[in-house]
Amino acid sequence: MFSRRFEITRMMNQAQRLSVEERGVKANDLVKVYGKKKDEVNALQGISFEVKDGEIFGIIGPDGAGKTSLFRILTTLLLPDAGTASVDGFDVIRDYKEIRNRVGYMPGKFSLYQDLTVAENLEFFATIFKTTIDQNYDLIKEIYSQIEPFKDRRAGKLSGGMKQKLALSCALIHRPSVLFLDEPTTGVDAVSRKEFWDMLKRLKQQGITILVSTPYMDEAGKCDRVALLQLGKILAIDTPKGVIASFKKPIIAARASNMLHLLNDLKNFKDVQDAYPFGEYHHAVMKEDFKEEDLKDYLLRSNREVELKTAEPDIEDCFIALMKN
Amino acid sequence: MLTNNTTVIQAKELTKRFGHFTAVDHISFDVHKGEIFGFLGANGAGKTTAMRMLCGLSLPTSGHASVAGFDVYKQNEKIKQSIGYMSQKFSLYEDLTVRENIRFYAGIYGKTDKFIKEKTDFILDKLYMENEANKLVKELPLGWRQKLAFSVAIFHEPQIVFLDEPTGGVDPVTRREFWNMIYEAAESGITVFVTTHYMDEAEYCSRVSIMVDGRIEALDTPSQLKKTYAAHSMDEVFLHLARKATRTE
Repeated sequence: MFSRRFEITRMMNQAQRLSVEERGVKANDLVKVYGKKKDEVNALQGISFEVKDGEIFGIIGPDGAGKTSLFRILTTLLLPDAGTASVDGFDVIRDYKEIRNRVGYMPGKFSLYQDLTVAENLEFFATIFKTTIDQNYDLIKEIYSQIEPFKDRRAGKLSGGMKQKLALSCALIHRPSVLFLDEPTTGVDAVSRKEFWDMLKRLKQQGITILVSTPYMDEAGKCDRVALLQLGKILAIDTPKGVIASFKKPIIAARASNMLHLLNDLKNFKDVQDAYPFGEYHHAVMKEDFKEEDLKDYLLRSNREVELKTAEPDIEDCFIALMKN
Repeated sequence: MLTNNTTVIQAKELTKRFGHFTAVDHISFDVHKGEIFGFLGANGAGKTTAMRMLCGLSLPTSGHASVAGFDVYKQNEKIKQSIGYMSQKFSLYEDLTVRENIRFYAGIYGKTDKFIKEKTDFILDKLYMENEANKLVKELPLGWRQKLAFSVAIFHEPQIVFLDEPTGGVDPVTRREFWNMIYEAAESGITVFVTTHYMDEAEYCSRVSIMVDGRIEALDTPSQLKKTYAAHSMDEVFLHLARKATRTE
């Protein structure tokens, strides 16, 4: 029985799988439209990108950017209205069954069986993928061992952090070649977020390709490459450093005792193209040929003390600039 | 910022136990009128439990607290009338229109028809939402919904507004517009009590408290906290303190 199934799988691989260079994830002009003519929502408006085998690829974008629609198409749970895509060398429409065996998917919304215990959920997912917990325990050990003391607790009774760990364990139990994580860190505190990203790095070392979406701009730096997504369109695709390097305008970080007042002053200065709060400073995006002394003189007219310094752009600066473009 | 020394929230040794579990463990702090008070902590540190007590939704096990001058044990109905509340998870009724939501909340707080009409027009104008007034809330983008929810939370001109992770998932431009609204509310004298997981937003607060395992580990202005912990950013301060946590939610 086992050998026969293996044989069939192998034949399918030979017949349909693309070459090694073609693995990873490819999206080619994906379009998804919801609703009827009058109130159409263009969730994806022609999305194209490639994720290389073994990469951590981040889809960075706020709520409504289209992250979930994209993930659902790539995991074969939703059909695109136009465009093509492949995962691990298989076509998302024609070879959906193959893809389902090869990907792990952790949806943004907790989707395990609330009435099953922690252990039962894991056992269930191992069984439907025709494997056992023992066989792949090494892959999930680091994550699962943290919730193993609660293995007899029903999933619905777990805290948010523990649910997340269980969901990730279940998504990994069949040793997928590509892992899709839809907003795994939304609503998670800064410490747990950091731990989660450390864990992803170790999964990458095991050879798993990871697609992860997040609304937190500061997480972009943890990815090998990122796509910035907004309202169904890709604003930029590059390494985090590359995205930042494409921001050519000078940025001045400014601080004063009355920050609200300072922001309004900045916005009214002739050489300021945009100004917005940025942590303890405001960022002012300047015209190329501005003079810092002019800005300082102008600001000191109505602010008692002003601190100005040149700042390096951050992914968030890039996102804001691209959004307003 | 119009911070003065009138205390609008006072907590003394405030404690909440669930069985043997001490969710909130003797916390003490004051919040002044017009302040933007950042209430930070890891998931499970006890923030929500503390906030529920301050909003008059849950009785403390021991300790004292007063909110807007009212006692959390005896005058919780008075507290509810004096505060506004919004959270990321729940704030507006998605199946009601924008106008209906405003009307509904204003009605709950017993406002007159005249007040409601004037203020509704004012809000719609301010948010550039006149054309969306009769749309269902669920049809609006998240950022718009959150800005509307904030406007609704302060519609009845409360003394204090509690915001529980108001900006989660919101795009960076709208997130800043949202904080502009917070600044304006604080300038007008409304005290803002806010939780967030965005550490840059912690920098926007007048003062910040950081909860670890049910206790307040640190409370100061962002610049003083960075000095105390020799950190470059609030992110570092937070990681330094929250890593000490021994309990996991």
